Amino acid sequence: MEKEMNYEQIGKKDRKLERIRRAFTYGLLGFWALLVLFPFYWMILTSVKSYSAYNSEYIPKLYTLSPTLQNYRDAFMEVPLGRYLLNTTIFAVCTTAVMLTVAVLAAFAFARLDFPGRNTVFVGFLSLMMIPNELVIITNFVTISNLGMRNSFQGLILPSVMSVFYIYLLKENFEQIPDSLYQAAKVDGTSDLKYLFKVMIPMSRPTLITITILKIIECWNSYVWPRLITDEQAYFLVSNGIQEIRENGFGRENIPAMMAAVVVISVPLIMLFLVFRQKIMDGVSRGGLKG
Amino acid sequence: MKSKKNHSLKGWLYLLPALLFLAAFLVYPLIDVFIYSFEEGYHSASQTYFGVGTYNYSYVLHDPYFLQAVKNTFLLVIITVPLSTGIALFLSVCLHSIKRLRSVFQTIYFLPYVTNTLAVGLVFMLLFQKTAYTDGFINLIIHWFGGPSVDFIEGPYWAKLFVLCFYTIWVVMPFKILILTSALASVNDDYYKAARVDGTSGLRTFMRITLPMIWPMVFYLIVTGFIGAFKAYSDVVALFGTDLNAAEMNTIVGYVYDMLYGDSGGYPSYASAAAVILFVIVLTITCANLLAGRRQADD
Amino acid sequence: MKIILENLTKRFPGRDRKHQGEVTAVKDFSFEIPDGSLVGLLGPSGCGKSTTLNLISGLEMPTEGRILFGEDDVTGLPAEKRGIGLVFQNYALYPHLTVRQNIMFPLENRRGKDRLSKADMQKKAREAARMVQIEDLMDRKPGQLSGGQQQRVAIARALVKMPKVLLLDEPLSNLDARLRLQTREEIRRIQRETGITTIFVTHDQEEAMSISDLIVVMKEGVVQQIGKPQDVYDSPANLFVAKFLGTPPINLFYGQIRGQKLFIGEDAVFTLRGIPDQEVSVGVRPEGFQVCEDGPLCCDLKGVEVMGRDISVLGWHKASLNPTIRAMISGGQAVQADRALVRFSLNPAKVLLFHRDTEERIDFEVV
Repeated sequence: MEKEMNYEQIGKKDRKLERIRRAFTYGLLGFWALLVLFPFYWMILTSVKSYSAYNSEYIPKLYTLSPTLQNYRDAFMEVPLGRYLLNTTIFAVCTTAVMLTVAVLAAFAFARLDFPGRNTVFVGFLSLMMIPNELVIITNFVTISNLGMRNSFQGLILPSVMSVFYIYLLKENFEQIPDSLYQAAKVDGTSDLKYLFKVMIPMSRPTLITITILKIIECWNSYVWPRLITDEQAYFLVSNGIQEIRENGFGRENIPAMMAAVVVISVPLIMLFLVFRQKIMDGVSRGGLKG
Repeated sequence: MKSKKNHSLKGWLYLLPALLFLAAFLVYPLIDVFIYSFEEGYHSASQTYFGVGTYNYSYVLHDPYFLQAVKNTFLLVIITVPLSTGIALFLSVCLHSIKRLRSVFQTIYFLPYVTNTLAVGLVFMLLFQKTAYTDGFINLIIHWFGGPSVDFIEGPYWAKLFVLCFYTIWVVMPFKILILTSALASVNDDYYKAARVDGTSGLRTFMRITLPMIWPMVFYLIVTGFIGAFKAYSDVVALFGTDLNAAEMNTIVGYVYDMLYGDSGGYPSYASAAAVILFVIVLTITCANLLAGRRQADD
Repeated sequence: MKIILENLTKRFPGRDRKHQGEVTAVKDFSFEIPDGSLVGLLGPSGCGKSTTLNLISGLEMPTEGRILFGEDDVTGLPAEKRGIGLVFQNYALYPHLTVRQNIMFPLENRRGKDRLSKADMQKKAREAARMVQIEDLMDRKPGQLSGGQQQRVAIARALVKMPKVLLLDEPLSNLDARLRLQTREEIRRIQRETGITTIFVTHDQEEAMSISDLIVVMKEGVVQQIGKPQDVYDSPANLFVAKFLGTPPINLFYGQIRGQKLFIGEDAVFTLRGIPDQEVSVGVRPEGFQVCEDGPLCCDLKGVEVMGRDISVLGWHKASLNPTIRAMISGGQAVQADRALVRFSLNPAKVLLFHRDTEERIDFEVV
């Protein structure tokens, strides 16, 4: 039976099967890509349809022949979208800056300074990683309210600063810098702080950048805490802003203007992602759970 | 020469900011939430309470809104965790098997991770919604296949649940695909070559070689998927608005926030009790998961 | 199973758009491997030997040329249809399966009428395990085994399906020196017992020389020479093969043929016949030197290393292409280490001449 097999035919059949399989694979991958991209297409499409055109389409059209930017004008004029964006930027930059300072100092202490109780404290830190945000947010809400910091940037920023995971990530990174460098610096009489700034921070730049970007993304998308702590529009972040727009802005019917606001909110992060694609994906896959 | 005491003081000094933040916003609240949950009749304005007991828990557990939220949350978890993990696994395997366009697909698939959940949720609402003015895009597709229009946002329960699950899967997919593709890439290519030389079928290669080798990562995704899905909230708000009780779409976390703040708020004790109940549920399920995982590893 | 390679060529497309030139990994390789022989594919890394192995296994398809197993053209056939056994450099044992499960894995893949009963599979797995002497390890996981044991499991897994051809990719490179010696004998024994045509890839010439029936020396995708190990060593086709084979390596000198005499520098080493005057490269195997009071080749003495049976004499000559000349002489000959000069006479059988430009070997006859 073996001898009667026509080897050439088997080979051909196999290659044909392989081609079918490949086409099927690309088809599926393409389908999911479409599913991911379609909402983005739809939001851009809707945002450039004119108000009257949109409302006359009982059955929605998949394209538009007369795109307009009027909706973007409306989005900035009729609701304080600019304010939301500014607030979010302030919030993201401040939170990230404070977080970086605190995390770098703590990671340095864990990685390089030797003092009694260090390991115990570190284990304590790690176990805090498991505490869900939902559990602590209630008291934080009461604390911030009692301090009279509702509707203020301090109230927004302070409880959002800590991320134990980033301290952990940085500590791991700092520890990879060889001890001999530290000892050499000590011999040369370099102070710890100077060593931290002149050697460790420059050498850990990739990780620091990754952490910064991840924290900015987290801030940009944060919704729950800002919602609890702000009820004045002057302090709304984009997430709350968009929710406000949905419920009270424009009137429920001006969907195109709403979509314009959605596009404006989404674009900064997508740009950030496209620029730092590899860094972000590496950082997230290193165990960066959301939050 | 610095004294030893001085040296250790410096270590604590560097740690001080982190410790302060953690103590104020993580450790203290953690203890406090349990205390709150046992303080009966707490009044937020006067900050007084009547007594200590389990009344808050019993109130929450008898609240129909809470039970609705528990039902919604469990349905969401049971539907989305297996589905999203399965689909992510399937797509990752497909992605791993191709060379051309791979990084393009990877980039596209990751996009939902970097978008604002609230903002894109609005687009999903738009796609699924049926109003007096428009039928919505999804209904357009349903019509192509000859089905009747459905309002997925304010219509029947199953339709709302469907949109919620769909959107949740859409949102969690990037993380899972990313983790699984890097897990797949870490499997040495020689295993596949060996399997090919031995004439192993594709399915058998997957079940007997690929899956066991990346199982730790799949398991990690299942565990974190459970935890994440139990905490569902902002995607629900994105789709159905802030008045989730009216929409019958509240989740446990949503219930906590509603109790705390907003039109129905002002009851931090009830919120604390609900949060503790959620914590216990998540903890139990995570432990069960880990136990099951360990048993499997022993086999 | 006889294996015939006909004008086998494999070109890979350039890495990216910037490097559009194709890379030729294997070029015009023709060779007929006799049934039941053990063949070593030998060459420095990147010479195309692994690609050749992948072409034979079917893991890669040739750009041009044909491959025949016996009478059958298998060129277009995928790996799983060729009936080959393949052992990987890192063994590729499935870490989550026991040794037994690993060995049975190929058998369990069979479907339909080829499928064996569970008992038959067990029996075959036991036979394969006995062949490589790992019967008492059957229930362990690969992680619990030493490198040498893993190697045996990998061979057993390749043998269990009674392949027509056994292919080994750098089978010894992951083992320590002592195990390497032992394992290569083991491979030879298993190959003899089974009679399966076996091809293995290595960069270690000693390994290839010691157990192969035939060796194939490759460089940059081109076959340099095919032959029995001793023949290739004694009459290498060109300078590259001469340099690549032999430890310690061959000593090279600038030489000239002037009036029937071979000169190394200004020393006339011996007289030979039939070669016109020209510049040549001279290769002298370390064992081709004899210490001789009135020998023609006069070198500076740099040192003497006594290594038990043999003595190696280190020297320097101004026509030498290597920084040090290494001569191996048997322990019987006495060398006084404190002298400044040493004189050698050369054994013409261990001297090789190459064209200065083409590096091809020149045959010569000694008068």
